[in-house]
This record gives sequence, structure tokens and C-alpha cells, in this order.
Amino acid sequence: MLEAILLTIATAATPLLLAAIGELVAERSGVLNLGVEGMMIMGAVAAFAVAYTTGNPWLGALAGALAGVSFSLLFGLLTLTLATNQVASGLALTILGLGASGMLGESFVGLPGVKLEAVSIPVLSDLPLVGRLLFGQDPFFYLSILLGIGVWWFLFRSRAGLELRSVGANHASAHALGLKVIRVRYLAVMFGGLCAGLAGAQLTLVYTPQWVENMSAGRGWIALALVVFASWRPGRIVVGAYLFGAVSIGQLHAQALGIGLPSQLLSALPYLATIAVLVLISRDRRATLMNTPASLGQPFVPDR
Amino acid sequence: MKKTLTTLAATAAVILTASAAMAQGMDKVKACFIYVGPVGDFGWSYQHDQGRQYAEKTLGTDKVETAFLESVPEGADAERAIERFARSGCNIIFTTSFGYMDATNKVAAQFPDVKFEHATGYKREHPNVATYDSKFFQGRYVIGQIAAKLSKTGSAGYIASFPIPEVVQGINSFMLGAQSINPDFKVKVVWVNTWFDPGKESDAAKALLDQGVDILTQHTDSTAPMQVAAERGAMAFGQASDMIAFGPNTQLTSIIDDWGPYYVERIKAVLDGTWTQTATWAGMAEGHVVMAPYTNMPDDVKAMAEATQAKITSGEFHPFTGPIMKQDGTEWLAQGVVADDATLAGLNFYVKGIEDKLPQ
Repeated sequence: MLEAILLTIATAATPLLLAAIGELVAERSGVLNLGVEGMMIMGAVAAFAVAYTTGNPWLGALAGALAGVSFSLLFGLLTLTLATNQVASGLALTILGLGASGMLGESFVGLPGVKLEAVSIPVLSDLPLVGRLLFGQDPFFYLSILLGIGVWWFLFRSRAGLELRSVGANHASAHALGLKVIRVRYLAVMFGGLCAGLAGAQLTLVYTPQWVENMSAGRGWIALALVVFASWRPGRIVVGAYLFGAVSIGQLHAQALGIGLPSQLLSALPYLATIAVLVLISRDRRATLMNTPASLGQPFVPDR
Repeated sequence: MKKTLTTLAATAAVILTASAAMAQGMDKVKACFIYVGPVGDFGWSYQHDQGRQYAEKTLGTDKVETAFLESVPEGADAERAIERFARSGCNIIFTTSFGYMDATNKVAAQFPDVKFEHATGYKREHPNVATYDSKFFQGRYVIGQIAAKLSKTGSAGYIASFPIPEVVQGINSFMLGAQSINPDFKVKVVWVNTWFDPGKESDAAKALLDQGVDILTQHTDSTAPMQVAAERGAMAFGQASDMIAFGPNTQLTSIIDDWGPYYVERIKAVLDGTWTQTATWAGMAEGHVVMAPYTNMPDDVKAMAEATQAKITSGEFHPFTGPIMKQDGTEWLAQGVVADDATLAGLNFYVKGIEDKLPQ
């Protein structure tokens, strides 16, 4: 039973982790993209449509990622090339995504989807206790963990990551140093779109293999909040996403066991617990300030 | 200035003719619908929209024009949405979720010429507000009996949305049905505090199955729990619409909401000028509550379900017939006493045997 619970937690945490890791990279480059929910739901509908039509969930995942990227390009065009307000554009992206996905997905409502099955890694998945949990999961799970580690390495151990962070810290200085601010930001935004699209694909290919409007149900917003509460640190995002997943699932079990606490309180618990823990581990204000991308949300127009 | 005056006069004339027409029927009605979820939820809102389309088809587009707003949150947003519809020339507005109750009544006060129909509520503060609901609990008694017959573990999982009377009726009725077959039957209730979140509903379904129930029933709107049950080889009941496509070997039956006939009747009443305030609470007899085909069960269980359904439809049997004890063991209904609609409409306690604590 514990294994079943842990598997459920991993499934619930994966879309949050994927989307948050992508948004982290975008925000580290100084771009606040509030369109995560919109990119996610576009990824979800594209993944479902392609997987259903072709019968191949892998193509579905690819389509989800591409949908996320193309949607993020729209955001890039508005905020980076045309230097519009990032908050307004991001909100517009979310609203557009929710509406457009509903329209595109209309003919797919009420159809059972294709599930992307778990891929067991031989030998390792037979390990006692953790075997199935760590090595017998769906591809999105592996990808989300790898991305978590990869993004940490990229941001803090590679030259390109340092450049990306300096663009986010002070775009004028980075520009003066000869860094291509707009190009870096485009790439970061596209990576964010890719991850959000994959998160959406996870929803329609693994979590609940079906398409219904609004099925992301606010997960993009939770991912956005995770990035801030994790003070822009990849490791803390992993902790936050899994904590949120664990408390969400844990409270359902507590209810089924009949522990007698008010269900409204239990429902609020994942949010309260995640905020409390992440605020606690980020309580060093100086370190937090250092991690905050100082140019976050500010449009950059290079003076020639 | 003169132009403004002319426009004003013209508008006034239009309004006058409009209200005159109201009194003695109309040539064409604009019927508007507000949904709490997306029309693509394949559950609650989907069924209301099917009803809207049915009305349009039955009455013809030369008689009725329809419009709808979907995914309107309950609360302040709802009031704005309803008011917008009222201003835009809707003659009758159907607000299709419990949480629209106060907003509907508030807007109704400002637009006495517009008819308002609120689903599942009980407040009719103005003469132009009617309420309508279906006795879903009738279906839940039947599925409770089926669950008790088929469950090997003697327990079922119940995914509940919000602790409002409609949901509490369902849980109680399900339990009473189950107890009529197996007095020791257990129901595990999980509140997800949402009407629609496929992910959360599927998490709740998994949690319940992990805790050893083998039959799921839900009072939320997505097909996710059915899919989880299918994956795990458990059994499940559909909700609001026929969900057989999501569990061909899993769905036992589904309680289907059929709003079409009611919408036709009410829009027609506006056309004829015979609309009056009503409080409709119809069930199987009127065709508002329909059971999907009984599948994936032995013939004797199917026969039992059909017999119970027939008895409820004919009015021979009411699910809330005494003796029924409250959860705390005190008597609610004495032997042979049938609960009256008013009590049921405000039901806020569990019957004996349910182990959950009802959120207040």
C-alpha cells in the first residue's frame, strides 16, 4: 500500500515539477511568464489529439512539447521583440490557451485516450522497496527528475547558465558585456514552454488519459507559485513539488481512513504545508535576495 | 442631441413592446444558460448543454435562440455574468449550479421582466425566480443496492464534492440502498472540494482503492475516477452522463441527468406567456433521472436493480422511508414514514452507519 501511495504522489507531483522547472529557467533569465497554465493546457490538448489520432503516445508527448514551445514563442514575440508588459501578456496567454484548447479539443471530449505506459528499467526496477518507485515509472517521471538535476547543473555549473543568470540579474550590464540578452531570453522562454507543454502532455497521457476542457485545473498557477516560494532554486522546487503532491494525496487517505478532521482544512493543507516549508528553508533573506533575478519582469530594449 | 433623443425614444418603444409581449407570450424567446464547468466536462455541464441543444432542436430556431456562458465561477463573477445576460435581451436565464443561488436572486430583483430558473437551489425571493432540481438520490439508492450485492470487500468508496444537501442526500440514499442488502456495508467518503478536477478526482479514486474498496461512486463531474477503476480492475458507477466509453468492463450503470424535457417545457411556457414561478423536483417518473443500461453484473443483480427502479418510478417506494436512524443513533423517520421534500432539500446530517464526519 505504501508503494501505491508513493506512486500516486509521484504522478501528482510530476506535472508541477516539470512546469516549475521550465518556468524557473525563464524567470532566471528575467522573464516572468504567467502563461504557464495556458501553455500547459495547449500541451495537454495537442498531446491528446496526436496520441489519439496516431495511436502513438510518444508522438503525443512530442506534440505536447511542440505546442508548449510554439505558444511560448508567441509570448516571446510579444514581450521580447515587441517589449510589451510581461504580466499582461502572460495572463493573456493563459486565457488564450484555456479558450483555444477548449475549441481545438471539442471533438475529443468523451473519448478514452492512449496511455503512455510505464517503462521499467531492467534489473534496477527489481530492487526491493525503491525499485518500482524509482525505476518502474512513466517516462515523464524520469524526465522530470533528470530535468531537475540538469537545470541545476546548467544554471550553477556551466558557462551558459552563468550567462543566463547574469541576463536575469542585470540585463543592461549583460548587454554591455556583449551578451545577447534577447536571444538568451528567447531560448529560456522556449525551454519554459517546452516543459509546460510536457507537463500538459503528462496530464493527458499518464495522469488522466482523457481530454476535458480546463483539465489542468490551476496546476500551472501552483507551478508558478512553487518557483517563487522555492526562491528560484531547482532543488527546492523538487522538494516543493513532492511535498505538495505528498500532502495532497496524504489528506485524501486521511479522509478515507476517517480521521475526522474537517475536509476543508485537509484540502487547504497541501498549500499551507508547501508554503510553510519553503518559506522556512528560504528564511535567509540575504541568500534569497541573491537568488532573485533582479531584472524579473522588466522589458529590455537595447539602445543602439 | 436630437439624435440621442430619437434613440432614447426608440429604445423606450422597444422596451415597451417587449414588456407588452411578455404578458401574452412571444414569437421568439432568447434562452440563456450559465454553466459552472466547461461544456466539455462530459458530466454536469455537458448534460445541461445537451438539454439546451435538445430544446433548440425541439422548439426550432425560429422559436428559440440560445446562448451560454461556461466555466463561470460561483460567487461575484456569477452575478456579473447573469446580469450581462439579463441586459443582453435574454428572456429566460437558466443558472445551473447551486452556488449561483444568491446571485440569481439578486439579479432577478433588478430585471422583473426576465425569467430566472435556478438549478438545485431553494431560494425564490422574487416572483420571476423558479427553481428546478432532479431527485438524483433515487438513482443512488439503486446503485447502493448494486454495490452491496457486488462488493467482495463489503465497502464502497464515495468521491464527494461539497457538503451541500444534494450531495448529502446522495450519500445517505446510497447507504440506505446498500444497507437494505447488507446491513454492515461500509462507505468511505472522500471530499475533494471541487466539482471538476480530473487529476484530483483520480487521486481520490486511487486513495480509496488503495484502502481496500472495490467499488467507486462519485458526485464530481469528470470521468477520471471511472478510468482509474478500469485500470485497477475495480467496479464503478458513472455520474451525470453515460461514461461507459471510459470503462466498458467497469461501469455498472450511471445516473444520467436529462434536462432536455424540462428546458423545452419552461421555454415553451415563456413563448405561450404561461410561465409562473415553480419549484420543480422531478425524478425517475418524469424522466429527469435516467439510469444507463445495467452492465457488467449478473442477471439476478440486474433484475433486482430494475425492480427497484420500477418501484421508485411508479412511486410505490421512496428511498427515504422509515425506520431510519440518524448517524448519532437518534430516530429520524419512524416506521413507514416518508421524508418530506422540504426536509430532504435541506438535508445536513448522515444516516446511521456512515463513518465519515460531515463537514459543516
